Amino acid sequence: MKLRRRLVLGLWLALLIACVLVIAQTRFVSDLSAFMPKAPSARQQLLVDQFKYGIIGRLIMIGIEGGDAAGRAKLSQELASRLRKTGTFLGVQNGDSATEQRDRRYFFDNRYLLSPDITPAHFTVQGLHAAIQNSIDALSGDTGLIVKQLFARDPTGETLRLLDEFGGNSQPRRLHGAWASRDGKRAVLLAYTRAPGTDIEAQARAIAIIRNTFKRLPDLQAGSQLVMSGTSVFAVKSRNTIQGQVTRLASASLLLVVFLLLLVYRSPLLLALGLLPVLSGALVGIAAVSLRFGQVHALTLGFGTTLIGEAVDYSIYFYLQRAGNLNPGHFWRTIWLGVATSIAGFAPLLFSGFPGLAQLGIYSISGLIAAAIVTRHVLPAVVPQKLQLRDLSGPGFALDRLLDFASHLRWLPLLLSLAAAGTVYAHAGKIWNKNLSALSPISKSDQRLDQQLRRDLGAPDLRFMVAFSAPSRELALEGAEKAGQVLHGLMLQRVIAGFSSPAFVLPSRALQRARQAAIPDARQARRRLRQALVGLPVRFNRLQGFLSDLQAARTRRPLRRSDLDGTSAALLVDSLLIHRAKDYLVLMPLRPHDSSARVPLDINRVQDALQATRLRHIVVIDLLKESTSLFRNYRNEVLMLSEFGCLVIIALLLAALKSASRTLRVATPLICAVTCVTAVLLLSGVRLTILHLVGLLLVVAIGSNYALFFESGGRTATPVERRRMQVSLVVANFTTVGSFGILGLSSIPVLSDIGSTVSLGALLCLLFAAILARRIPGTPTP
Amino acid sequence: MKLLDPIRTVSMALLVFALTAPFARAKDAQLPQLMHLLAQDKSAKATFVERTYIGIIDRPLVSTGDLSFAAPDSLEKRTLTPKPELLVLRGNTLKIERPGKRLMTIGLEGHPEISAFIESIRGTLAGDLTALKALYSLRLTGPIGNWRLVLTPKQRRLSRIFSRIRIGGSDAVVRTIELDQRDGDHSIMVITPVSRRQ
Repeated sequence: MKLRRRLVLGLWLALLIACVLVIAQTRFVSDLSAFMPKAPSARQQLLVDQFKYGIIGRLIMIGIEGGDAAGRAKLSQELASRLRKTGTFLGVQNGDSATEQRDRRYFFDNRYLLSPDITPAHFTVQGLHAAIQNSIDALSGDTGLIVKQLFARDPTGETLRLLDEFGGNSQPRRLHGAWASRDGKRAVLLAYTRAPGTDIEAQARAIAIIRNTFKRLPDLQAGSQLVMSGTSVFAVKSRNTIQGQVTRLASASLLLVVFLLLLVYRSPLLLALGLLPVLSGALVGIAAVSLRFGQVHALTLGFGTTLIGEAVDYSIYFYLQRAGNLNPGHFWRTIWLGVATSIAGFAPLLFSGFPGLAQLGIYSISGLIAAAIVTRHVLPAVVPQKLQLRDLSGPGFALDRLLDFASHLRWLPLLLSLAAAGTVYAHAGKIWNKNLSALSPISKSDQRLDQQLRRDLGAPDLRFMVAFSAPSRELALEGAEKAGQVLHGLMLQRVIAGFSSPAFVLPSRALQRARQAAIPDARQARRRLRQALVGLPVRFNRLQGFLSDLQAARTRRPLRRSDLDGTSAALLVDSLLIHRAKDYLVLMPLRPHDSSARVPLDINRVQDALQATRLRHIVVIDLLKESTSLFRNYRNEVLMLSEFGCLVIIALLLAALKSASRTLRVATPLICAVTCVTAVLLLSGVRLTILHLVGLLLVVAIGSNYALFFESGGRTATPVERRRMQVSLVVANFTTVGSFGILGLSSIPVLSDIGSTVSLGALLCLLFAAILARRIPGTPTP
Repeated sequence: MKLLDPIRTVSMALLVFALTAPFARAKDAQLPQLMHLLAQDKSAKATFVERTYIGIIDRPLVSTGDLSFAAPDSLEKRTLTPKPELLVLRGNTLKIERPGKRLMTIGLEGHPEISAFIESIRGTLAGDLTALKALYSLRLTGPIGNWRLVLTPKQRRLSRIFSRIRIGGSDAVVRTIELDQRDGDHSIMVITPVSRRQ
């Protein structure tokens, strides 16, 4: 016996040490990406990658408020120039004239490589004549002053053509030489970080740099303030909120549990020993998640520990058994059955498309098993043989009487459930929240600020996009050109109003070479220009600049991405041509004619036309539709898994209890509780999300224990045992309701959704189980 | 990407036209009285022929079209030859439409100098001479049957582009608008009012 005890303790300690070693190597994360669904289809993967690698995750929108417009513009200039010097940002744009100059230069200097007009026909005598005639006509028009400045070197009007093509209306307005919001009350800037959006630490540092730089600006006016938004700002903010709340909520839960247990045991030693299974379970759980995922999410820790909190009950039951010197057999059977039903309830999480939920599944299952084993084998080895428990007979009797009375209320849960089912039925069609943002931890006011800044900065509406991938940057650009031809055709057919392409500002090398080849050599160019000018009011000598620019363009090296540095066109390329792990992703946003129309764009028609390009995985995406359907898919997946989990639980109960009527007795309170919780949520105006669904699943997993204990306890236990068991069930329930209730108070939807569902559900489960599953003492077993 | 600033050019022709409106029905050189007259008239229509003299081009460029103004803040310049073009100012938004080209929309708020310019014109239309005088030195000469108003910009950012605007007219009718650019290029717009509603 002694040897066995040593062996058990040795194994247990070894396991704990191994777990601690694993945990020491574990990376803990707290951004919300783990609770964003993993995208299953290539189309949705594009969507996610765009956030992961693309510019979106790197973009920080900055607003300066307060003071007067001139002061804000000055702060904007100063902030931008200081931020550019930090090296943290790939670019900072604020509409300053230096960038505008660089943009101008870029288009003017590279016009013969960039202009889609550059073909051999453009430089024939007729081509030159027509183009120059065109420019002369434009000279007398409303944009004549610009044309005049360019005419001597660009008589064929390439620069203006480029402006026409690429100069959108989407630029922010300028006030005092810097970008400003539409109402002019806020100066706006765009910064994009060097670090990828997925590097939350780096993003947090970048945001801190912006904030600190702003604080130290000279000429800060009274009331000047900085606002920021963007995906990374959200990510950092929600991480901080999560970290703060998880810590706070977890400590609150722990305090609550300790308080309740002390109340019951009145013994610090028993309390400490009673927590052993939970703590061991937590260590095993963290280690298991770490081994499987390589990292552990803070939320997994917070939730998971609450989930395996039911392991506290195990030690309570064990103490009772030890103190009462009772036959352990049927207690353990009930506990094991409880563990099994809980595992069946948590198991569907393993298959979830949300990595965060899958983590939760692994954590709770491995943790529960470990806790149960520790309770069964380790606790007996460390708890004194003669255990004096506090006399709980006073509250026990009171509770027993209360429950006896409650047993006469059988009609109540059934009636309530009927009403609840009616409520749910009445809400058919508006049960689910179809909006992904329902899960977003971002407050409404932050979302509003984000929308405002986005509008101020003229960020394009990225709802419709053509996307494809290519193995190299060059092939990606060539693909964009190929797709661009098709899209141009669709533009002429008025299927789309316009589109963007990275190849607009950075053509593929092949196309640049083709354009260079279209430029005639010096002798030819002179001859053709001379002839082209016949009949035009321009003398040949005046256009020498044009001829030398042509020759320079003909022989220069093609443009590279680095040539764009410092221009706003760089942002265009970087956001539309995304370097992924193994390939390049090209995005080409489409502009519908009327974005407010019910069907703004005929996606199928665009898709059909694009098939001709034979580009790899070329798809047309309606982002709104995709994200909605992504969400729907996950909800259906969780719904299906939950149903499956419920079936498994029922099958387990049937197998263990070997009686349909007993199974029904155990299952009915759970079904009633789930129905009522759903109805309460709907009645309080909540639309259900995936997380409510997960919450309901947990309700079933946890509630099944109550029902089992009431059912089997009343069946075989002595009245003394029964009373103790009832007290311990209520204590266990309070810990669950309390700790999930605390989660329900969180401002993070992910936490509050599950918290409110489970706390209410667990309470109802206990009540309904007490009423429906509990056997009234003295009644014969069926 | 707004790489160039079409507003300058655009606004010259446009605003000069707008500017002339107050004087178009001048019976004498007293501006305050003009303002009063103007307030009673809600719209005006005219045709124009504009000759632009540009150094690099050997002969003057000629363009023709219609002009129209509707109180309080709507102006249109429709060029018919050599290239159709429509310029519309409504409120603070300037639009230039050219067939086959993208619609150019320019918010005047983004251009403080132009905005100040336009607002002062509007102020003038509303009878606020002070604003106009803040921007230009005004010189009104000639008899009422053949008057000539010369506007010289006071602000450097305006005077850098053009040295003066000369407006000629007889009685309430504006006949010519001449714009002298700093680099020696200049243009003359000859305006013929379309007979009013009979």
